[in-house]
Amino acid sequence: MKTTRPKSFYALAAVFALFVLFLYGPMLTIFVLSFQGPEGGLTFPMRGVSLHWFAKLWEGMGVVDIAAAFRRSLALGAVVMVLTVVMSLGAGLAMRKKFSGSTLLFYTSVASLIMPSIVVSLGIGLQFRLIDTAVKTLFDGSPWLEGYSTAMGMFTSALGAHLTWTLPFGLLIMLAVFNRFNPAFEEAAADLGASPWQSFRHVVLPLIAPSLVGVGMFGFTLSWDEIARTSQAIGDVNTLPLELQGLTSTVTTPAIYALGTVTTVVSFLVMGGTLALMKLLRK
Amino acid sequence: MKPRNGISAQLQALPFAALFLLFLVLPLVLVAVVSFWTATDYELIPGFTGQNYLDVFNGCGNTAELCVTLKTYLSTLKFCFLVWFITLVIGFTVAYFLAFHVRTEGMQTLLFVVCTVPFWTSNVIRMISWVPLLGRNGAINQGLQNVGLISSPIEWLLFSNFSVVLAFVHLYTMFMIVPIFNSMMRIDRSLIEAARDAGASGWQTVRHVVMPLSRTGVIIGSIFVITIVMGDFVTIGVMGGQQIASVGKIIQVQTSYLQFPAAAANAVILLITTLMMIWGLTRLVDIRKEL
Repeated sequence: MKTTRPKSFYALAAVFALFVLFLYGPMLTIFVLSFQGPEGGLTFPMRGVSLHWFAKLWEGMGVVDIAAAFRRSLALGAVVMVLTVVMSLGAGLAMRKKFSGSTLLFYTSVASLIMPSIVVSLGIGLQFRLIDTAVKTLFDGSPWLEGYSTAMGMFTSALGAHLTWTLPFGLLIMLAVFNRFNPAFEEAAADLGASPWQSFRHVVLPLIAPSLVGVGMFGFTLSWDEIARTSQAIGDVNTLPLELQGLTSTVTTPAIYALGTVTTVVSFLVMGGTLALMKLLRK
Repeated sequence: MKPRNGISAQLQALPFAALFLLFLVLPLVLVAVVSFWTATDYELIPGFTGQNYLDVFNGCGNTAELCVTLKTYLSTLKFCFLVWFITLVIGFTVAYFLAFHVRTEGMQTLLFVVCTVPFWTSNVIRMISWVPLLGRNGAINQGLQNVGLISSPIEWLLFSNFSVVLAFVHLYTMFMIVPIFNSMMRIDRSLIEAARDAGASGWQTVRHVVMPLSRTGVIIGSIFVITIVMGDFVTIGVMGGQQIASVGKIIQVQTSYLQFPAAAANAVILLITTLMMIWGLTRLVDIRKEL
């Protein structure tokens, strides 16, 4: 069917194109500028093309060990990813059956999503400070306490803070998936004598696997870039985005653009990998 | 048929529930409790004092000049309103285009993904990506100087209220597009046809059919944008050159000086303000529907 487009289509298409330019234009600029020559500065023009600033980045910026922060964030992101998938799947499966408290749980996770991050972060920071005080009072003088400074850290407070941000997204996706899920498949499996575990393992899981990959991607990418919730809930070592945020006010070379390019490439790799895996699982 | 019970639902939801209890509910209760405590430089002292709240509103009885807290809230609210309005207009337009003007589903999905991909990349990177464009020697100033429109660089492009609003819009329009698009996709297409058959112009159809039916999406998007801007300290910090005050920034600074009770009192007030705004927003839309 061919019909002529109304005039409004062209106006709206132009607005959309401008919006996409607005979204991607600046990102493209720093991508280009990260290949600035050794003499180049933070703005155009380009003074040659080189990998100079990537090399500088790898050597570390001032007191900040970028490579170490990079590895830490990668590890944290991976753990957040796995936990987001497992916990969201559990909650999603649970919510298919009505159980007391399911509504409360749903609204709690929505509340977590729209809660100002600084408040959550402050709360977790406070909690761990009180834990530290309690530990130090309880075990005062015991040799076990030797070297103990704080319970706060990457895989305690920061991990919890990240999960309060990634899990609501995971749950919403799982709810959307199960809303469209046809229970006839499971009924057929049960009729054929499959145990609940067998029907989950051989019927439900293969059908929802692509969505689980999507949940995993949300988990990783949201953790990889998280700042606000982590800010007050991290111990002595920082994640990559926190280091990056600190560097914005001190670094005045294109090395910071190189760092931007590297982190964005990681995000895009994860997204690309996700799409490929989803396609593979759908086959 | 009731499926045969495997593991009980409660057990499946337990890790999820426990996480939120430990890292959301408990911390928030602690914030509320500690907002009534006192503190020295190195320790928190349990107690029950309203002093932290009095300190927040210190000098606010003075009518001649606004106190710091009210000024900060006013400034944050101003950002909130501007960003809400701009993201709503852009978000609605983009979602409308995607939902009603793009014809094939494949194209729709593709363009939708194009709009959401930046969401999965770093916010700070997206903020600093404006530096080469807006800076004193940035592309915009150079361009304008080259064509002779201005003789000296425009200073308010970067590290200003302007750049803060720009960055917010850049980062968070997605939060409007997704829920509005979702609402629009649920609109029965025969309603649009009916409106057209009844002689409605394109704009009249948008105004009287699409807008009311996208209401849920608009509310959800607005809640996201408003809560993000109200509690923000990263965007205002980076894009404001660490010079612009915000409620979130006050809390962050107080926490970094370990003034937990003061930060907690500010957090409680921020939370109440934000909740009231969300509540008001849903009311406002309800009332208009009644008219």
